[in-house]
Amino acid sequence: MQKKVILNQTLINIILERLCHQLIEQHGNFADTVLIGLQPRGAALAYRLEKMLREKGVNNIQMGLLDITFFRDDFRRRETPLHPNQTKIDFLVEDKRVIFIDDVLYSGRSVRAALDAIHSFGRPRSIELLVLIDRRFSRKLPIQPSFCGHTVDAIDSERVLVEWKENNQTDQISIIPYEST
Amino acid sequence: MSQLSTRHLLGIRDLTSEDIALILSTAKQFKEVINRPIKKVPSLRDITIANLFFENSTRTKLSFELAEKRLSADVLNFSASGSSVSKGETLIDTANNILAMKVDMVVMRHPHPGAAEFLSQKIDATIINAGDGTHEHPTQALLDAFSIEERLGSLQGKKVAIVGDIVHSRVALSNVFCLQKSGAEVMLCGPRTLMPKHAESLGVQVSHHLEEALEWCDVANMLRVQQERMDKGYFPSIREYSMQYGLTMEKLKSVNRDLVIMHPGPINRGVEITSEVADSEYSIILHQVENGVAVRMAVLYLLAQKA
Repeated sequence: MQKKVILNQTLINIILERLCHQLIEQHGNFADTVLIGLQPRGAALAYRLEKMLREKGVNNIQMGLLDITFFRDDFRRRETPLHPNQTKIDFLVEDKRVIFIDDVLYSGRSVRAALDAIHSFGRPRSIELLVLIDRRFSRKLPIQPSFCGHTVDAIDSERVLVEWKENNQTDQISIIPYEST
Repeated sequence: MSQLSTRHLLGIRDLTSEDIALILSTAKQFKEVINRPIKKVPSLRDITIANLFFENSTRTKLSFELAEKRLSADVLNFSASGSSVSKGETLIDTANNILAMKVDMVVMRHPHPGAAEFLSQKIDATIINAGDGTHEHPTQALLDAFSIEERLGSLQGKKVAIVGDIVHSRVALSNVFCLQKSGAEVMLCGPRTLMPKHAESLGVQVSHHLEEALEWCDVANMLRVQQERMDKGYFPSIREYSMQYGLTMEKLKSVNRDLVIMHPGPINRGVEITSEVADSEYSIILHQVENGVAVRMAVLYLLAQKA
C-alpha cells in the first residue's frame, strides 16, 4: 500500500483553528491553564497551537514539554529501547488546569505514562487531553480525548504519519503501512 | 543508537565512543529529572540491585544508592566490614548467596584489579564496576566527561591534564580511555615515582611539571595522593609534594586563561589542592558530585534494559 494522504494543509488549518477556538471557549484567558506537549511528537503541535493562540490575543500562555520515556510501562519489554527526549517544564502544575497535547492517540499507553509523569511537577487541578488524530477502535486503556481534531479508522498494520511544515515542506497527515516507516 | 554494546560496565576500555555518547546524552535527561520537585521515576521498579562494597567509599556508594532509589529499584547494601567476608567467605560465594535472593544487577567496589570482570564471568547478573583496585572506575570517568562537556560544551579537541598520583589511580586510567574515546587530548602529570612506567603507550603526553601541564590544558583534574595504597616512600614528604604538585591560586593565576578545575574526591585540602582553589569559581567539584547521580542513573537505566 502506498502513502495515502488523509488531510492536507488547508484541512489541517481548519482543524487547528477549531481546536484553538474550543480551547479559548473552555479556558478563557488561560490564567490557570498550562499546555503540556508530550514528547517527542506532541511538541510540534503544542508549539503551533501556542503560536496560533497568541495570534488570537491569548498572551499569558504557559507551555512545557513532557518526556514520558522513564514512565513507560514497556521498559525492558521492547525489542529496541527508546531514547529519552528533553523535558522542559519551568513551572509547577500545582492546582493548574493541564492540557496534554499529542499528535496521535493510539493505544492510550503514552497518555497513561504522562498522567504519572506530570505528578513530578505537582498535583494539577484537572488534566485534559487534546489530540490531532484519534485512532478510535485501537485503544488498549480507558482513555479518551477531551479535544479531538480528526478521527481515523486505521488498522494495526498501518501508521498515521503527521508531518509539519517546520520540518517538512507542508503540513500533511497520511496513512502508511508500518514496514515503510 | 539507543542501546549499549555491552551487558556489563566493567571498564571504559570495553565501551565504544557511541556507548559513551549514549550514556552522556541519557544522563542529560536524568539531570533534569533530579532537579524536579519530585525526583523519582518508576523505570526500574521491577529490578533489584545489590551494592557490594569491599572497600571504603562515601561518594560513590551514596551516589549509586541514590541513583538506584531515584529509579525506583530495590536496593541491597553490603559492606565488607561487619560481613561474613571477615569470616573467610570467598567473593564468588558472597555474590552467589546474594544472587540466590534474586538480584538482577550488582554494583561492586573491590580492592583487587579485575574483580568485576572475574565476577561477570562467574555469576549471572549485570555487573557494574564501582572501582576495582588500581584498574578502572568507569562511572567516575563518565561523570568527569559529562561535567567537562557541561562546562565547556564539548569534549572534542579539549585538553585535559590529570595531575598527581597516577600509578595508583583507577580514576586516571578510566579518564584516559573515556576522554580519548570522546575526542579530547590527555596529559598525565606527576612525579616520576607516581607515573606508570609505560604511560606514553596509552597515547597521552607525560609531564613532570605542574606549571607545564597548566600552561597546556583547558581542564586540570587533580588526584588525591593514595597513601593507603603506598607500601614505600614515593616522595620525600607531603610538604615537598604539595610544593611541587599542589595546585594553589598563585599557580592557577599564572596561567592567563580560565581553567576548569576538577577533583574526584575525597580531597586532601592543602596537599594536592588548596582550599582557596577547591572552593573557587574555577572548581566544578560539587557539580561533579551532582552529575555523578545523573550519570549513574543513565548507566543503570541503559544496562537494566539487558538485565
